[in-house]
Amino acid sequence: MADETYPEDLRYHHEHDWVRVEGGEAVFGITWYAQDALGEVVYYDPPEPGATIAKDGAYGELESVKAVSDVIAPAGGEVVAVNQAVRDTPELVNQDPYGEGWLVRVRLSDPAELDALLDASAYREYLSGL
Amino acid sequence: MASALLRTPLHDRHRALGAKLAGFAGWEMPIVYTTTRAEHRAVRERSGLFDVSHMGQIEVTGPAAREFLDGTLTNDLGRIGPGQGQYTLLLQEDGGVVDDLIVYALLDRFLIVCNAANVDPVRTSLTDRAPEGAEVNDRSAEVAMLALQGPAYEAPLAPLVGSPAPLALEYFEITEDEVAGVPALVARTGYTGEPGVEIMCPVSGAGRVWDRLMAGPDAPEPAGLAARDTLRLEVGYPLYGQDLSRERTPIEAGLAWACDLEGGFVGVEECRRRKAEGPAERLVMMKLLEPGIPRPGCAVLAGGEPVGEVTSGTLSPTLDVGIAMGYLRPDVASPGTDVMVDIRGKQKAGRVERRPLVQTSPTKAG
Repeated sequence: MADETYPEDLRYHHEHDWVRVEGGEAVFGITWYAQDALGEVVYYDPPEPGATIAKDGAYGELESVKAVSDVIAPAGGEVVAVNQAVRDTPELVNQDPYGEGWLVRVRLSDPAELDALLDASAYREYLSGL
Repeated sequence: MASALLRTPLHDRHRALGAKLAGFAGWEMPIVYTTTRAEHRAVRERSGLFDVSHMGQIEVTGPAAREFLDGTLTNDLGRIGPGQGQYTLLLQEDGGVVDDLIVYALLDRFLIVCNAANVDPVRTSLTDRAPEGAEVNDRSAEVAMLALQGPAYEAPLAPLVGSPAPLALEYFEITEDEVAGVPALVARTGYTGEPGVEIMCPVSGAGRVWDRLMAGPDAPEPAGLAARDTLRLEVGYPLYGQDLSRERTPIEAGLAWACDLEGGFVGVEECRRRKAEGPAERLVMMKLLEPGIPRPGCAVLAGGEPVGEVTSGTLSPTLDVGIAMGYLRPDVASPGTDVMVDIRGKQKAGRVERRPLVQTSPTKAG
């Protein structure tokens, strides 16, 4: 398992999802906190490439040994890629939640939606209040 | 208000190993130490050590003990003598399962091992029925229990036993001996499908037994309740509270083999009736043919109509597919039957399978 970290270059959704902006596209995943709470991830049910996903909506499911969790989109857009490596090896989400364990790549419909997200320090502060 | 969780004598060891602990049947138990997959594999390939001290131990003594238990529990107690154990069940009068058990015949007493959640109902049911000459004593609080399971279980155990007897046990036999100098009952039983032993000892000695088993070059992997669940499900052992309950009898659960229907036991009339008429549903194993993980409560369909429900489900670490146990209508309960499992609104193709899904040989040592 990875050590607890919340990289500074990401933006965070309070449902424990992160987004990394790369031009007009963005990569989504779940935070260290989320993977730790979920436990050992054993299954990823992703959206179809081309699917439209809405901000704050569930776009897929991650399932651990004992629980199922929806993954929430920090912003809306069109799915341009799904991480096939996580489909094949779901524990990548535990081992490297911000790297190899990314979940989808999305073409953002409204990049201004990102403004409502938390930065790393605000997210850490949010976690400390849970 | 929730009452505090009970702790086993090995609680500090679990903490020190970094286990994730969670409440289970009123106990704070280790769920996983590293990963369920790694612990599961260790048990299938080498050996693992489980703290199952939450389980109940109830002793029945006295000159009438044998006759009492034979007339109360489902299996034919006449088939075992001192030093042997037997899988059996305790039912309600209506045939509903109070608990599934192992009863061991010892030289001077019978020892019943029951599920943690059922210690009170089992003790109460036995106490209420016990005749003159049979005494029921709940030893659960005094007894710790460790399950050493896996094809290589003998290696860590062999240097610690007081005599060769524990290593010479046949499947389901039990002996009173010592482990690491601690007086202990060692039984060739378990809940993983692998060869192994269950060690019962005084609470005060459990730490020493654990430490010494863990100390050698052949130390088992500590294994949590999550791996225990995936291991038992791969081999199709039912779990009380999911696959067995007061709402169903052993006949539906495929446990008629553990019921002496010609003899007597509490609930026998209903079991005979259902056996004769044919049960309305049958507990089966299923395997998914596409990605997905069945969970308790998932509906099972065949030919577009509902035919049953999942009672246990997981991702099989050995097969890497979703597997389940569940109750199906008898006409679709035969191995090979194609079914659909509804997982949160998505229908996944599955098939009824023969038990066990993973070939193991608990009767043989590695």
